[in-house]
Amino acid sequence: MTVELRVAEGWLTVCELEALIPGRGVAALLPDGSQAAVFIDRQGRPYAISNRDPFTGAQVLSRGLIGCAEGRPFVASPLLKQRFDLSSGRCLDDDGVAVRTYPVRTAATS
Amino acid sequence: MSNPQSPPPAGRPSLVLVGHGMVGQRYLEALAERGATATHAITVLCEEPRPAYDRVHLTSYFSGTSAEDLSMTPAGFMAEHGIELHLGDPAVAVDREARTVTSRSGRVVPYDVLVLATGSYPFVPPVPGKDSPGCFVYRTVEDLLAIEEYAKDRATGAVVGGGLLGLEAAGALQGLGLATRIVEFAPRLMPAQVDDGGGAALLRTIESMGLTVHTGVGTQEVLADAPDGSVTGMRLSDGSTLATDLVVFSAGVRPRDQLARDCGLEVGERGGIAVDTRCRTSDPHVYAIGECALASDGRVYGLVAPGYEMAETAADDLLGREREFTGADLSTKLKLLGVDVASFGDAHGATEGSLDVVYSDSRAGVYKKLVVAPDGRLLGGILVGDADSYGLLRPLTGSVPPAAPEQLVLPAGIGAPAALGPASLPDDAIICSCHNVTKKAIAACATLPEVKKCTKAGTGCGGCVKVIGQLLPPPAEKGLCACFAYTRAELYEIVRTLRLTSYDQLLDSHGREAARGTDGCEVCKPAVGSIIASLAPTIGASGYVLAGEQAALQDTNDHFLANLQRNGSYSVVPRIPGGEITPDKLIVIGEVARDFGLYTKITGGQRIDLFGARVDQLPQIWSRLVEAGFESGHAYGKALRTVKSCVGQTWCRYGVQDSVRMAIDLELRYRGLRAPHKLKSAVSGCTRECAEAQSKDFGVIATANGWNLYVGGNGGATPRHADLLAQDLSDAELVRLIDRFLMFYIRTADRLERTSAWLERLEGGLEHLRDVVVHDSLGLCAELEALMADHVAGYRDEWAETLDDPDRLRRFVSFVNAPGAPDPTVKFVPEREQVKPDLAVLQISPSPSLEPLGGTR
Ligand code: SRM
Ligand SMILES: Cc1cc2nc3c(=O)[nH]c(=O)nc-3n(C[C@H](O)[C@H](O)[C@H](O)COP(=O)(O)OP(=O)(O)OC[C@H]3O[C@@H](n4cnc5c(N)ncnc54)[C@H](O)[C@@H]3O)c2cc1C
Ligand code: SF4
Ligand code: FES
Repeated sequence: MTVELRVAEGWLTVCELEALIPGRGVAALLPDGSQAAVFIDRQGRPYAISNRDPFTGAQVLSRGLIGCAEGRPFVASPLLKQRFDLSSGRCLDDDGVAVRTYPVRTAATS
Repeated sequence: MSNPQSPPPAGRPSLVLVGHGMVGQRYLEALAERGATATHAITVLCEEPRPAYDRVHLTSYFSGTSAEDLSMTPAGFMAEHGIELHLGDPAVAVDREARTVTSRSGRVVPYDVLVLATGSYPFVPPVPGKDSPGCFVYRTVEDLLAIEEYAKDRATGAVVGGGLLGLEAAGALQGLGLATRIVEFAPRLMPAQVDDGGGAALLRTIESMGLTVHTGVGTQEVLADAPDGSVTGMRLSDGSTLATDLVVFSAGVRPRDQLARDCGLEVGERGGIAVDTRCRTSDPHVYAIGECALASDGRVYGLVAPGYEMAETAADDLLGREREFTGADLSTKLKLLGVDVASFGDAHGATEGSLDVVYSDSRAGVYKKLVVAPDGRLLGGILVGDADSYGLLRPLTGSVPPAAPEQLVLPAGIGAPAALGPASLPDDAIICSCHNVTKKAIAACATLPEVKKCTKAGTGCGGCVKVIGQLLPPPAEKGLCACFAYTRAELYEIVRTLRLTSYDQLLDSHGREAARGTDGCEVCKPAVGSIIASLAPTIGASGYVLAGEQAALQDTNDHFLANLQRNGSYSVVPRIPGGEITPDKLIVIGEVARDFGLYTKITGGQRIDLFGARVDQLPQIWSRLVEAGFESGHAYGKALRTVKSCVGQTWCRYGVQDSVRMAIDLELRYRGLRAPHKLKSAVSGCTRECAEAQSKDFGVIATANGWNLYVGGNGGATPRHADLLAQDLSDAELVRLIDRFLMFYIRTADRLERTSAWLERLEGGLEHLRDVVVHDSLGLCAELEALMADHVAGYRDEWAETLDDPDRLRRFVSFVNAPGAPDPTVKFVPEREQVKPDLAVLQISPSPSLEPLGGTR
């Protein structure tokens, strides 16, 4: 199985599913030079959001810890600990802030 | 005209600053912060022979501070910002039509914007003899040098003026060994700040220091009857004379507005260059700031804080940004001649109908007065001799205090204790000064995260978080987080007795109903990860923090075995046990830092931090370090950090034990030990305590017979002196006791609770701790020692292990889909011959401070 992410050019293969540890993320470099943070949760569901922490500008969200609030998975930024909902990109600690999300899927390796 | 004329500025508007004092320098810094030093050609005319220095602390020169220490101008500041500074060359004329300033040396500098920051001059009363040799004023470093020189072979001195500065000058003369008198025209000392009662308390204390005070008399003449015409004495207004070798005039200051007067700018009736709320004078091209300015509220401010605010205002106005200076608070707290003096609000009771509440103890030199309105509101006050309550009383000004005023002035221990704490602050008291958040706004929230989200309070420097915590309702129940209803200590027992080695297992069996089967949260994951790691050898889990599921529990620092920095790069701290290092190892650190371009700094923990490594560089850096014999310093972990040492008996003439060896032994024994919070230690070779052991979680001080063990010390935000747990221990006894102490702490402390807070909370306190770990009252000691023995036997260096495992190494990449590619946003720019993060590439301006307390370390 591979993890794929949809970008302007179409579906982009990011890595093998085994490369992901449940509860942790990895960073992926996208064709336009931007960066995505890709995670899987305990159930093996993948998520992808922008890797850029909007509070500091650093590309670090992939290095945060995943947690669960009201049944929805989030990642806590490793820098100043603001939490971001993994499905919507919304910041749970500041209504005015959100990061972009990417459609993501797992696909059988051909 | 034959005067040299500076070349016209090439396109950039030119700005001339006259006066390089405290406020002038602040103005230049304000321009630099706003980028205006790049857009303007700036020239500074400075009358004094040295760049701006800290006038407020002038007197400290006599207690050993050098003139260089007082400097407020960072080295290289002028060059870096392209500012032309002319020392010893005051402005003598301004031509507002031609827009030029002429200096004493004949320089003619054109300006588009002129800023006057000329400060004030000491007022010298026009008495006969005032210019005789031996008469001085007290304002500049040059004044001090002259006084010092003149006082060398004299015995007596007199200060004219018993105000704030007069007392400082008197203290300085006394410090120079002169028998010193103070002559004050008003009936009391510090007439502007305190009332008669305060003056009396002050008088008593000052006389007890051996100074002679004459109040209610003026100076009529300075007698200069020496053959060379120098000072011999003074005649006072009551007809008496007194002998003195030296006179310092300190009878108030006057704004230096002559330059402004001469060029026709508007000045106040009693002096001061008139400015509007934006600090502009009557000529829109000319600003005036600091002590020379007459602010829009009709006042000349003789304090530095209002001057700084004017500097910021004028800098903003230059760039077209909205900002106003409409006046400032004159509240002050000072320490004069070792006496605390504070006054705030309407200190003199000028408000109609106001009433005083006074406490006075002239034996102790304490005087406190509160001014209260008929409706009970606090209007102001004066505190002499004991000004501890200033911090809480000042924010209460304008509101009805929570306790009766008489309780507020009584010293602690007499009468009912005044209920003063954050709870007593008025609703509009500013709690978070970074974001200007009031108590009321905070009280509207229920939890800290809510406060941060709704008000931003606590998200700047974080210094207010403690007070915010005290203002919030106590948490309804004690559970660790939304996932667990158990405390950390309870979870520790569950993991230990059930031998649970997995977080998921613990969550699904002991988590709250709603949390079972979920992903948990960022609070309990690292806490449980730490418990499992502390117990690993005992419960049969892998001790390696990146093994299996453990990897998903660690904060990013533990995950990458390095400390995350603000731009996403990491810092690397190799362990240097006891702070002892060979030249060869030092060289390796230097070579690694050089080869990888890392910023290098000596830490506060007696070791070396290398900053700016990309995540993909960490393994390369560590393979070099491991090869040279270094191990992880666990700077990233809630684990043992450092055991600092002093040089001790081996070299130091005072040392009574080998403190370095003991520090190394302890550091090697406890390295890698995971704990509820970081652990720090130190060993000093004698009671002089050069290693600061008493500020550590466990500190050791050598005695003639062995070692004294102190526990529960803390530096940081809430310092605590460690408590003496046991004395004169042998090496073996010391180690055994520390083993027990640490394991008992790890077992019972809360998440992120340092030993200091834990000991404060522990029921029965130090006595109970001593019972448990020294007298074995709970019968636990054998078990605690066994747990530590397991830890010591199971220790492996995390970095060596990581380098040995290709699987784990694979995680150290910037991008999972481009393993070789570096992260293009981790960039650096030069700073003082090294590097610092390039924040511009992160497309965000640096925020002043992003480090909330209780962070990741
Ligand atoms: C590097 C260093 C400053 C330096 O340049 O000297 C440092 C850097 C940081 N300190 Fe510190 N502290 C450093 C010595 C100290 C000391 C001095 C000492 O250890 O003798 C103290 C006071 C002593 C003490 O802890 O009791 C100190 C008290 C703190 C505190 C406050 C702890 C407290 O109990 O109040 C924090 C915040 C925290 O831990 O929650 C903190 C947190 C931090 C953090 C981790 C901030 C954070 O949460 O991200 C900084 C990490 C920078 C990084 O990523 O590398 N640092 N810090 C020092 C590393 C020492 C070392 O070799 O390991
Ligand atoms: C001993 C002492 C203790 C003090 N303690 C305190 C305190 O505890 N708290 C507090 O708030 N304040 C204190 N002050 C007052 C504080 O120092 C002043 O408020 C502050 O220095 C004002 O800054 P300024 O830049 O306006 O003036 P200054 O610092 O006086 O700077 C003005 C500069 O302009 C220069 N200058 C004047 N005319 C010209 C010209 N024509 N051309 C070129 N240069 C010129 C002067 O030589 C001087 O260097 C103290 C002052 C003294 C002397
Ligand atoms: S603590 Fe004592 S032994 Fe150690 S360096 Fe200081 S004076 Fe010397
Ligand atoms: S005072 Fe609140 S964050 Fe700085």
